Amino acid sequence: MSALNIKKGASSHSAYDLRSTFGDTIEKHTLAVIVENEPGVLARVIGLFAGRGYNIESLTVAEIDHTGHRSRITIVTAGTPQVIVQIKAQLGRIVPVHEVHDLTVEGPSVERELALLKVAGRGDARVEALRLADIFRASVVDSTLESFVFEITGTPEKIDAFADLMRPLGLQEVARTGVAALARGGQTHV
Amino acid sequence: MTKTMTGAKMVVQALIDQGVEVVFGYPGGAVLPIYDEIFQQNSIQHVLVRHEQGAVHAAEGYARSTGKPGVALVTSGPGATNAVTGLTDALMDSIPIIVLTGQVPTFMIGTDAFQEADTVGITRACTKHNWLVKDTDKLANTIHEAFHVALSGRPGPVLIDIPKDVQFATGTYSEKAKRKSHYAPQVKGDIDMITELAEAMAKAKRPVFYTGGGVINSGTAASQLLRELVEATGFPITSTLMGLGCYPASGPAWLGMLGMHGTYEANMTMHGCDLMINIGARFDDRITGRIDAFSPKSVKAHIDIDASSINKVIRVDIPILGDVAHVLEALLKVWKAQGRKTDKEAVAKWWKQINEWRATDCLGFTQDGPIIRPQYALSRLEALTKDHDRYITTEVGQHQMWAAQYLGFEDPNRWMTSGGLGTMGYGTPASIGVQMAHRDALVINVAGEASWLMNMQEMGTAMQYRLPVKQFILNNERLGMVRQWQQLLHGERYSQSWSEALPDFVKLAEAFGAKGIRCDNPDDLDEAIKEMIAYDGPVIFDCLVEKHENCFPMIPSGKAHNEMLLKNAQVQGSITATGAVLV
Repeated sequence: MSALNIKKGASSHSAYDLRSTFGDTIEKHTLAVIVENEPGVLARVIGLFAGRGYNIESLTVAEIDHTGHRSRITIVTAGTPQVIVQIKAQLGRIVPVHEVHDLTVEGPSVERELALLKVAGRGDARVEALRLADIFRASVVDSTLESFVFEITGTPEKIDAFADLMRPLGLQEVARTGVAALARGGQTHV
Repeated sequence: MTKTMTGAKMVVQALIDQGVEVVFGYPGGAVLPIYDEIFQQNSIQHVLVRHEQGAVHAAEGYARSTGKPGVALVTSGPGATNAVTGLTDALMDSIPIIVLTGQVPTFMIGTDAFQEADTVGITRACTKHNWLVKDTDKLANTIHEAFHVALSGRPGPVLIDIPKDVQFATGTYSEKAKRKSHYAPQVKGDIDMITELAEAMAKAKRPVFYTGGGVINSGTAASQLLRELVEATGFPITSTLMGLGCYPASGPAWLGMLGMHGTYEANMTMHGCDLMINIGARFDDRITGRIDAFSPKSVKAHIDIDASSINKVIRVDIPILGDVAHVLEALLKVWKAQGRKTDKEAVAKWWKQINEWRATDCLGFTQDGPIIRPQYALSRLEALTKDHDRYITTEVGQHQMWAAQYLGFEDPNRWMTSGGLGTMGYGTPASIGVQMAHRDALVINVAGEASWLMNMQEMGTAMQYRLPVKQFILNNERLGMVRQWQQLLHGERYSQSWSEALPDFVKLAEAFGAKGIRCDNPDDLDEAIKEMIAYDGPVIFDCLVEKHENCFPMIPSGKAHNEMLLKNAQVQGSITATGAVLV
């Protein structure tokens, strides 16, 4: 592994991207970071973001290969193009980091997030919540006479939209997993 | 080959197998089993320091002067926390050191046990990598991997935290890592980029090599290749504080150090060049000054083994990711194979301009009057020691900058200074580490009296191991650099920047059993320095110098290279409020 994940003949993620003139607009990028699943590895990644003042908008992590002890950390971050390049290079420097992929620039990708939403209410509001849940394909995973817990999967935007609709109908609590993302197509990262 | 042994024995065995000869350390409860093993062997020499910070700086001095990794061994809790400054120092200056810390037994971790600290947590941000080993079977491999990580790619400090029960327990020792480490940074540069750089060099009319510590870290071959490249091109060369010695100070193309206290010619050359070739340097803020006015008209090439150094602060046009020696070798090959030539006429014209800048003689001074000027002290030290097998360490401050300006370095690994972190108290223990590696060499720590007091306890170490380190203290009874900034930036309000109640350094030397020499007269200086060199043992040299001397040239905070100050007269109003915010 090289720090910038340079592949022979590749141009989209070679070090020489660094030559492009950087803009100053803030961009949102989804990074997939494949790490050795060893103690403290998540602390290293988070510590890097905290220590150097980078943003974390969403972060998910779980072991994805039990025999190979690999975990996949999906980070959604925002910054100027120069900062994004620097974040990737800094992540690449962490010893237990195997690969860093910028799903935002490497081609189309799918992003999904799961959320649980607790909505309390009676009467029309309760019926309306259930109707909207059906439209959003959210399922009911817990119910009392005065409340529902909905489970919804989708893009962060879809979950935002659903939560916005639930708010006037008695939204009490939200738990979100953060984004999991994979590149579309047959190429693999691990 | 595998053997069964205790974790403590494994530590010693792994160090032996890694070729370690010297360990700097300090015992304590959580490392007693390892010290017991050290007692029972003769392959590794243990140097007992007087403070754990000293152990780490000594290991750094050892590493910087040999190119080999330095090793320190300390106990848990306070032993580990005292190592933090040294670890950070090594991280900033990319020095390969391995620090072994004891830890409370695994079953007591997290209980706030006596001398427990979250060592891997505390040192996560100041090591290249660190490990807490909870299983004796994994100990040997972890140590081997630690050496690999410390030395590969951009070197740096690593730490292994070893609980006491892991040291006592028995496990399987293996000589080599069981599986190949995935950590293998790219060393070879992209050949297309190298060819592009060769093209740019052939076209350049006002080129400059801007070199740094990466050349030294890449090994002596890198310095050799750099010299060949400079000779083949005739381009001027300057270096950062960390890179001094990669090109000889007596070489014809040498411009002196660049940066905040660099020479006028080096900084003007950087400002006016049309091609800047950065080799193993990192555009540090001490070098660039004001970013938006940094060498505005140049094409910039950057050779660095750390991708995160490229485009971090200065956007470059020709980035080459790789090890300096590998890249320079390829660059020379391309240069010769393609029969490339420099634009001789243009480069000659460029040199004419550079020589005009040189003629300002920015480091010139006159020694008049009865008080020794620090520049004079270092000029005499240079004249009287340059023909010796000499190694220089420094503390941090004005004396450090004057040492960089007035001492000449002909070879790499001869200059040990705390560059990135600026650690006062670095020099004395570092000089001990250097002398341990080079027993017959002349090792001098150029110090200020305030810095020197920060780790003066290590004189005891020097005495114990008969290390004839020379502590050359430029004593101005001031925190000179702080005083200078207060003069320039804070209306001459000298808040807490003088050294009150200083010890009598001659008596202090004698109290340690060393030799003390005091000199306050320029006429006596040569004889005193000769006496210091001739003495076969540690010396504390108290050189009383002018108290209010400022370090020039100086690029004031927030200014560009071409706005540097050459003398006191220019200082008035030179630093704006925005500049004053910077350090």
